[in-house]
Amino acid sequence: MQVPAPFEYERATSVDHALALLERHGPDARLIAGGHSLLPMMKLRLARPEVLIDINALSDLDYVRIDGDAIAIGAMTRHATLLDSAVLHEHYPIFRDAERVIADPIVRNRGTIGGSFCQADPSEDLSAVGSALRGSIVIRSSAGTRTVPIREFHDGPYETKVASAEMLVEVRIPIRPSAGSAYEKVERRAGDWAVAAAGAFVQLDGDVVADVGIGLTAVGAPHFTCVAAEDALRGKAATPANLAAAAQQCHDGCNPQADQRGPVDYKRHLARELTLRALTRSVARARGENA
Amino acid sequence: MDITMTVNGHEVTREVEPRLLLVHFLRDVLGLTGTHWGCDTSNCGACVVWVDGTPLKSCTTLAAMTAGHAVRTVEDLEQGGHLDPVQEGFMQEHGLQCGFCTPGMMMTARWLLDRNPDPDESTIRECISGNICRCTGYENIVRAVRWAAAHPATEVPA
Repeated sequence: MQVPAPFEYERATSVDHALALLERHGPDARLIAGGHSLLPMMKLRLARPEVLIDINALSDLDYVRIDGDAIAIGAMTRHATLLDSAVLHEHYPIFRDAERVIADPIVRNRGTIGGSFCQADPSEDLSAVGSALRGSIVIRSSAGTRTVPIREFHDGPYETKVASAEMLVEVRIPIRPSAGSAYEKVERRAGDWAVAAAGAFVQLDGDVVADVGIGLTAVGAPHFTCVAAEDALRGKAATPANLAAAAQQCHDGCNPQADQRGPVDYKRHLARELTLRALTRSVARARGENA
Repeated sequence: MDITMTVNGHEVTREVEPRLLLVHFLRDVLGLTGTHWGCDTSNCGACVVWVDGTPLKSCTTLAAMTAGHAVRTVEDLEQGGHLDPVQEGFMQEHGLQCGFCTPGMMMTARWLLDRNPDPDESTIRECISGNICRCTGYENIVRAVRWAAAHPATEVPA
């Protein structure tokens, strides 16, 4: 039987309360939201917090809304809500593409976007989505609020910019009129982590790629992206050859590890092929096609 | 710590360790062994129960986290001596072989049918994708859910 080591349990009733509890209990305290990453890690003793602070009562952090020129997503928004969000789907169908293949419907009822980012698993899907869209993360402490670009948020596997006594409260995605976006993932079985996955958005000016963002996960891409591929495509015509050339940069620029999900050359192949598919679909969607 | 919650409509209060998982609270503390304890890693779905009307995997939820909430287990599907159509469907279509996945399958299926009374096969398969049947009896499970969709309860119990 797998059970976590003993800990103290606290239930936060507000963000301020959660921050006060984090300050009181110090660096051995952890926030728990859906718990579907943290509890398995605690069962395996890979995480061993002294205090768990339950933030599931913070329903004021459960929202997807337009806020000025950005979409603001509260940290406690569940995967199931992201999957069903009309606002997200209208602006960024990449979210629905990704959410359909994140875990399974029952797990998606619990897992949250804040938890996904803070877990910072190197195979996590929303990190690639957020990196492709060049979003930002809002972090709060009792001293105030700061905003970190998603591409600077991860310090490495399972390491983020969220310090002890801080809390991720919101994910922000800039709205880009008439952008197309898509997510492509290969997994060994339904609900599994990605062997590799790629996401993209494309903004067109006529047939020219005015702006592009690329996200990659599970292939050791620095900050879940490939800037060289974006630079190769930006300002060029959205032709199959140019999309393929950008995808090749992802193949060359990523740094996958061989593991039970596949060897390095296969994962590089996937990085190229899935990027090409995501870019192709993004272009089609930017053109208003039903892709 | 003392926790109080509603389980199948009844308020219960027990003293538990904070680390006690909901599945063990239900099975070992309350004696509700209908909920099964399988993979322990939120993959297999044998432990699915509802909390406030939404199914979750109780092996990956602390009992303490559900304090103050309403838990519903497979024991609550039958009402007043009448089986839920999902239970009836699993009988009629032989939706189980060893029975280990069955409670989680049925709690997920009931949730699906409450939201979508007439799901097609692909919708059913997607919905139960977090419930694993190691007898691989999926054909019959899908048929069982379809049977339940075709035979809704005439009177929905409160």
